[in-house]
Amino acid sequence: MTWRRRPLSGRELGIVFALLVLVAVTTAVNPAFLGAQGLHDLFLNASILTLLAVGQTLLVITRNIDLSVGSTMGLTAFLSGQIYVADHDTPVIAVLVAGIAMGAVCGAVNGALVAAAKVPALVVTLGTLYVFRGLDYGWASLTGTRQVNADQMSGQFLAFGSGSVLGVPRLTLIAIVVLVAVNYVLRTMRSGRELYAIGSNPHAARLAGIPAGKRILAVFVVSGALVGLAGVLHAAYFGTINASVGSGEELAVVAAVVVGGVAIFGGSGTAMGAALGALLLTTITGALPILGVPALWQRAVDGAALLLSISLDRAVMARLASRLRRERNARHG
Amino acid sequence: MTNTGSTRRAVLTTAGIAVSAVLLAGCAGTTKHSASSDGAASGPVTSANPNAPTKQGLKISFVPKEIDNPYENTVDRGGIDAVTGLRETGKEVGPSDASASSQVSYITTLVQQRQDAIVVAANDPNAVAPALKDARAKGIAVVTYDSDAAPEARQVFVNQADSQEVGRTQIRLISEQIGGTGKIAILSATPNATNQNTWIGFMKDELATPRYKGIELVRVAYGDDDDQKSFQQTQALLQSIPDLKGIVAPTTVGIAAAARYLSSSPYKGRVALTGLGTPDQMRQFVKDGTVVRFALWDPSQLGYLAGYAACALASGQITGKQGEVLKAGKLGTRTIGNHGEIILGPPTTFDASTIDNYHF
Repeated sequence: MTWRRRPLSGRELGIVFALLVLVAVTTAVNPAFLGAQGLHDLFLNASILTLLAVGQTLLVITRNIDLSVGSTMGLTAFLSGQIYVADHDTPVIAVLVAGIAMGAVCGAVNGALVAAAKVPALVVTLGTLYVFRGLDYGWASLTGTRQVNADQMSGQFLAFGSGSVLGVPRLTLIAIVVLVAVNYVLRTMRSGRELYAIGSNPHAARLAGIPAGKRILAVFVVSGALVGLAGVLHAAYFGTINASVGSGEELAVVAAVVVGGVAIFGGSGTAMGAALGALLLTTITGALPILGVPALWQRAVDGAALLLSISLDRAVMARLASRLRRERNARHG
Repeated sequence: MTNTGSTRRAVLTTAGIAVSAVLLAGCAGTTKHSASSDGAASGPVTSANPNAPTKQGLKISFVPKEIDNPYENTVDRGGIDAVTGLRETGKEVGPSDASASSQVSYITTLVQQRQDAIVVAANDPNAVAPALKDARAKGIAVVTYDSDAAPEARQVFVNQADSQEVGRTQIRLISEQIGGTGKIAILSATPNATNQNTWIGFMKDELATPRYKGIELVRVAYGDDDDQKSFQQTQALLQSIPDLKGIVAPTTVGIAAAARYLSSSPYKGRVALTGLGTPDQMRQFVKDGTVVRFALWDPSQLGYLAGYAACALASGQITGKQGEVLKAGKLGTRTIGNHGEIILGPPTTFDASTIDNYHF
């Protein structure tokens, strides 16, 4: 178990390496990429995706998934806007609490259906992806507020989204705090370790006395709350909200989690890995235009990077597995 | 293991549902209406009578690209205002996604409901054409606005602005704001958006004139009308072109995202930003000094003009021939141009002193 105590696993070191190469090459082409403003932007851009990816990691570890992240984020971002339309001077903290609460409720709906009704998460959250988005559109047309613009939100809220503390973007600080907390729970707390057990072998986990249903429901609620937080931050950062915020975001989130080395069939992976995956994907999107990749090709390069990282991962895993098998055979044989 | 099994089953079921949905959608999109072979010549009215009275009790329907697009909603509100002002009835119906196949089913329903005129912003010029031809064959007036359908499928196209004029206005604005010299970049929507590319083409033509010889267009970036992507493209432009003087964003999503980024960055006030945006979206950034002046046509006037065109067509006052004159209430008159095109007029510009007069 000593390898778990290392700050970064081999997989995570791989992502860090890829990140360093990418940043080095991009900086060689354009030194401003690593300037103060460049770094600031890089971390700011990755913050929201990081929050979503960390929440998703909790679920994927337990062999679940939440495809409704984009819709939940859209709903909570829209809630933030609606709050400001109702009362222009709402304190930022109230909006944060409301957004987190609404995200947690969405998560609880998903979790209840998965844990109690025993429907696979893939199906449940595919359904709620449409339901939550539909609620979002319905809400927009019911209130006649199709779009909320920067001048309708309070200056404090906008400053919160773009502000910095000692040069570090506030959104990034929030993402780091969440990451550290989730990492701690997953690494050291009993309930965190149980999530890995549930994902590795749900049946064995139940036999071992782990309250799997309760844990899964809790994970959906926590992950939903993080998505809710991300929705509010999205509103504060971008300053323009309509009912389609976050459409398609689930793909980016799942990509970040997978690139970050979280096994899609559960039981393995870290929040740190997912966060690095989010940072890597955001950096790729930011670096491509600077490297002069023609706009029409950028999507293709994005996808190719994803495939490359996954196939590298498979290759490493295959080698690791065969080495473990050899060692075991050597011991027992 | 049971869990894996059920997950696998779920994937298969999901895939099955997705495939059948795609097949169904495909059917809807390619339904062969008999009208497609009828040709376009079967329009109901043969000659216009400019002095005919406006018929009463007309039913006019507006079909936007998608029902939840605030811009389209504003357009349609203007149209419904015009129609109710003439004491007809107007309504807005349309799909929740911007796809041509979903528009077709709405158009088919409207034809069955015996509307007097259908006003549509086509998601695809050809895919909606058979359904529109079917409507015309049944004596329903067909107007396109904002985004045209194949010319033989409609009688009149109400164009927001002359594309050349849109391009020219934006170059004039950026030139004023950077003092006529320096490097500029364009932040567009998707690389294959027809209207964007037409405007960019005219901008390039305009920049080639001697008047703008001091301005160099160094790059065209694409933010895909996505906030995050537009943010990152703006950042990349500013980082990779250190002496960039200005950005032109001919898309409402792009200009708002670029303005939000600039307003919270050290580039604020140093790099000029203009383009096409809505006053509501840009108000904050005009007031905080990030943006000096930008342009857009008034979308409610676009709908208003389309509403008048629909009523005039349904009343036989116009037929869509070049040279006919459309009387359009508070907007005055418009002469129908080539291929049945009616142009709203030059874009309106907005700055700190005028922006509070507009709300859309």
